Amino acid sequence: MRIRLLDIAHARSGDKGDTANVGLIALRPEWYAALQRYVTLDAVRDHFRGAITGDVERFELPNLRALNFLLHGALDGGGTLSLKTDAQGKVYSTALLRMTIDVPDDEAEQCRLPAFEDAG
Amino acid sequence: MKTVVRIASGQGFWGDSLEAPRQQVEGGQIDYLMLDYLAEVTMSILQKQKERDPSMGYARDFVGAIESVLDSIVNRGVRVIANAGGVNPPACAAAIRALAVSKGVSDQLRIAVVTGDDLLGSLDELLEAGHELVNMESGEPLASIRGDVLSANAYIGSAPIVEGLSRGASVVITGRSTDTALTMAPLRHEFKWGAADWDRLASGIVAGHILECGAQCSGGNCLYDWRGIPDLANVGYPIAEASPDGTFVVTKHPGTGGRISVPSVTEQLVYEMGDPREYITPDVIADFTTIELKADGDNRVRVSGIKGRPATDKLKVSIAYSAGFKAVGTLVYSWPEALEKAELADRILRQRLDRLGLRFDQVLTEFVGASSTHGALAKRQLEYPEVQLRFGVRGLQRSAVERFTREIAPLVLNGPPSVTGFAGGRPKVEEIVAYWPALIDKTVVTTRVEMV
Repeated sequence: MRIRLLDIAHARSGDKGDTANVGLIALRPEWYAALQRYVTLDAVRDHFRGAITGDVERFELPNLRALNFLLHGALDGGGTLSLKTDAQGKVYSTALLRMTIDVPDDEAEQCRLPAFEDAG
Repeated sequence: MKTVVRIASGQGFWGDSLEAPRQQVEGGQIDYLMLDYLAEVTMSILQKQKERDPSMGYARDFVGAIESVLDSIVNRGVRVIANAGGVNPPACAAAIRALAVSKGVSDQLRIAVVTGDDLLGSLDELLEAGHELVNMESGEPLASIRGDVLSANAYIGSAPIVEGLSRGASVVITGRSTDTALTMAPLRHEFKWGAADWDRLASGIVAGHILECGAQCSGGNCLYDWRGIPDLANVGYPIAEASPDGTFVVTKHPGTGGRISVPSVTEQLVYEMGDPREYITPDVIADFTTIELKADGDNRVRVSGIKGRPATDKLKVSIAYSAGFKAVGTLVYSWPEALEKAELADRILRQRLDRLGLRFDQVLTEFVGASSTHGALAKRQLEYPEVQLRFGVRGLQRSAVERFTREIAPLVLNGPPSVTGFAGGRPKVEEIVAYWPALIDKTVVTTRVEMV
């Protein structure tokens, strides 16, 4: 079953130099397992391929049912050097929430993950 | 010893709500008001102001903030801790002293000033002594931009603030203290936490991290159930109700808007987070993977379980340097084919800049409304009602950037059609003050506390 992160998580992002961080938080405690299992380092690297110039780091915070991603080279130099509208990475969070993951049907049904139907 | 200490956040950055400090002291019982004014770029702005006028270089808003809460400081014993001193804490203290004199309460106001974070004057000495101040991101030594440095300040910890409080200050003014120390220091002072009481110090740091962005933990910028967050117009700023064991409750005054919930606090905890296992501060390394959050009634979240480890032997240094010039110009293109028109204008502009022989270190085009924040992740739509072309250049030569600013307006008459939105005039050339993060040995930074 295809799941969109927006439907199972919320997020906030910020900056440190040319690196944006995205904290991804499960909307329900029982949905953290799906984030933890399927929002992998490789999946997030793929999602942001072409959008950032550096690598991605991934950290787990099971206590907060959250993952933290560092997106290096995400901010066109960062801070005052950056020419981007989002020079401080404030909305990278929502860019991650666009991502979809594939979860086996039985697992998705067991914790009632909402299916994503792509309209277009 | 008090069993509960209430610390209220009244300012998340320089430019935050002018009303928040007063609302925090008048909305209910608090012991400390914490005001965070400094961001990475703020120090260099203040440094420039100080160069023009030696009596400047601090956050001027702070004087108004103190005026708005002066009665509570003098008559209710509320104590204020702020990094409003910027690059000139003594001048900031003098301004507060002058205010107290003019209000006739000078005798009742004790001010502590923390200095020693400013390394600009000793920078060459430090470099000569072998402190390379290597850029933590790029690995380059500071020597490569030494001539362009505008300010250099070490991020200092809680110790000097604790000293100021123990010497009876009702207002403690610092320069580049860490944001989190402003909250942790009064807890350490009240509860007599030792310098190696790692878990409790880490708890104070986490309280500081939650409070340091003002309303960003109490419903502001909160994505979770954003439509359902009540009365943001009257948003309550956060308060930490802390206990001697290091646990605390995040809450806000009754009758205020916004919402404090496990999701709102969690969003703030992950804000600007690096490796959650090691949130490094001058006082302690806090482990964010040990934080436990629990709903504790209406607009109350209990925070506990926090573990800390010994601090490192380094301090982070915030160095600001002059890094050239930039300008950003915008035009708005309307339906039909809004995006295609903006894309054509972008190509034309690039050809013209090329023909003029202008060279830049960076040129960036964004199509606001279509792809500026999410890039290729945002699907291209069949129709946009309008798209803003946003075109920026950056370079070391002011003249080239200046010349670029003259190339936007002509497009209104000699470029693609259906264009508007040029009311703002020519783009402004901005001098870039960039940020150079480095580390330095703790032993070479000596802080001082003075009662004035």
